[in-house]
Amino acid sequence: MSLLDFARGPALQWSLIIFVFGVVWRIVGAALLMRTRDFSKARVSSGDRVKGGVRTILTRSVPPETFEKRIRFQFITGSLWHIGYFAVVLLFVPHILFFESFLGFGWPGLPNPVILVIGAITLATLVALLVRRMIHPVLKIISTADDYISWVVATLPLITGFLAMAHLGLRYETMLAIHILSFELLLIWFPFGKLMHLFFVFPSRYNVGAIFARRGVRV
Amino acid sequence: MKKDQTVGEALRQRGVSRRGFLKFCAATASMMALSPALVPKIARALENARRPSVIWLSFQECTGCLESITRSASPTIEDLIFNVISLDYQEVLQAASGTHAEEARKAAMQENHGKYLLVVDGSIPVGNPDYSTIAGISNLDMLKETAAGAAAIVSVGSCAAFGGIPHANPNPTGAVGVSEIITDKPIINVPGCPPIPAVITGVLAHYLTFGKIPELDHLGRPVAFYGQNIHDRCYRRPFYERGKFAETFDDEGARKGWCLYKLGCKGPITYNACAVTKWNDGVSFPIQSGHGCLGCSEPNFWDKGSFYRPISAGMWGTPEGLAAAAVAGAAIGVGSALAARSRQKKASEEEGA
Repeated sequence: MSLLDFARGPALQWSLIIFVFGVVWRIVGAALLMRTRDFSKARVSSGDRVKGGVRTILTRSVPPETFEKRIRFQFITGSLWHIGYFAVVLLFVPHILFFESFLGFGWPGLPNPVILVIGAITLATLVALLVRRMIHPVLKIISTADDYISWVVATLPLITGFLAMAHLGLRYETMLAIHILSFELLLIWFPFGKLMHLFFVFPSRYNVGAIFARRGVRV
Repeated sequence: MKKDQTVGEALRQRGVSRRGFLKFCAATASMMALSPALVPKIARALENARRPSVIWLSFQECTGCLESITRSASPTIEDLIFNVISLDYQEVLQAASGTHAEEARKAAMQENHGKYLLVVDGSIPVGNPDYSTIAGISNLDMLKETAAGAAAIVSVGSCAAFGGIPHANPNPTGAVGVSEIITDKPIINVPGCPPIPAVITGVLAHYLTFGKIPELDHLGRPVAFYGQNIHDRCYRRPFYERGKFAETFDDEGARKGWCLYKLGCKGPITYNACAVTKWNDGVSFPIQSGHGCLGCSEPNFWDKGSFYRPISAGMWGTPEGLAAAAVAGAAIGVGSALAARSRQKKASEEEGA
């Protein structure tokens, strides 16, 4: 079995099994820990939970006015690489075919040069954010191993994908296999680190918004 | 044709002009990515080369490789070069049969011991050697016996190089390629199903010219012919870059000649000269004819999933594993949540007390 056959077959199957196991574990565990009953009467000023939840999802997607200046860099770079990353993952045609082989349906993609530019911007932003994390006095202190591991496993597929696409370094099929393996590493690490925010970010925002809405506070 | 005739003498006898011969030498140099300065050297070496004895053994094969060579546009100088080697044993092409044929092989082996070139097409069944025999001799024995006195071996076709189709899962005959049996001789793999005729003659010409095997890649293939992948040299590549793909074999994209990646083309992971040398005297190659590359010059090409499954599509396996993972994850999630709640309860009780 070649490295590519291994990456496309057994490695993919096992990494996906670990991914599903971990994600379901984390989601079920977190969901069951949520408060299910209210122990106090609702305030007079209480708003609608759903509206409050949805509003918070939206309001927390943009920087609050008070802090806008201080977090502008973080907000712009953070948004940039997230959008870029999703564009590369979801709109590069070979990636779409990968998802299609699992989901049974596909969608239109972007031309390769466009993906190349988006990928380059994303990678540059990720590197800038890593450097910032390493030199910023506060960020440096509060950063944990999870932050660095998550950066590595999220960035590796991007780097190996670039090398495979540009036919740099190793032979194409070997680089493609390494690219797929790096994605599988991402799948394996995903449920056990901060990357899990992909599933948690909006439900937790909603939850906070809903709780505050009942308390009569708009956030 | 006399056995000790040089290639040059043989060509002149056959009426091949000097100009035609030099044209062939230049084409061969270019095909093998050699410097044009080497053309005179190739011409000199080929002209003066004594026709080497070639023994061609066919084992578990379909004769497609031989068909490929005989289908090279005829008459060409390549044919002549092929004719001017002393092909002393080839079951399909030789007139002799039965005992006479075997005697011819044995005589060639004896007369040219240590000097003859052994060409093999077809895989060798080692699971049960009796699955394929010639004149009552198993392929395994015949290969070992003939390889012992060979100067070098050329494995023509994917079957001889890597086991090929007979080696495909479940490989009922235990088929293997030559290099898995013979380990003490220089072996040149010329895979393909079949290989391009010009590539086979090019490899033979290189051997005649330099008296040694050409530079090989990690799979024992001549780098000159197998150094670049099909995708990189494919004329449809610009469509791949632009995201223009044929979705079916008869849609608008297919008619416009767009990239066949979505239809399972294995060009990006296949190394061969098809996109450059092409077939039928440079007329076309499979992708140009509208079908994706099957990756036939790569090991195990038959077992890489469907020919029509894109390279980037995963081999997902069965859903049972994922279902079991989800159930196990849910069980651990419930367990950890209950444990956490119990800890919370205990802590609040202690606080209350």
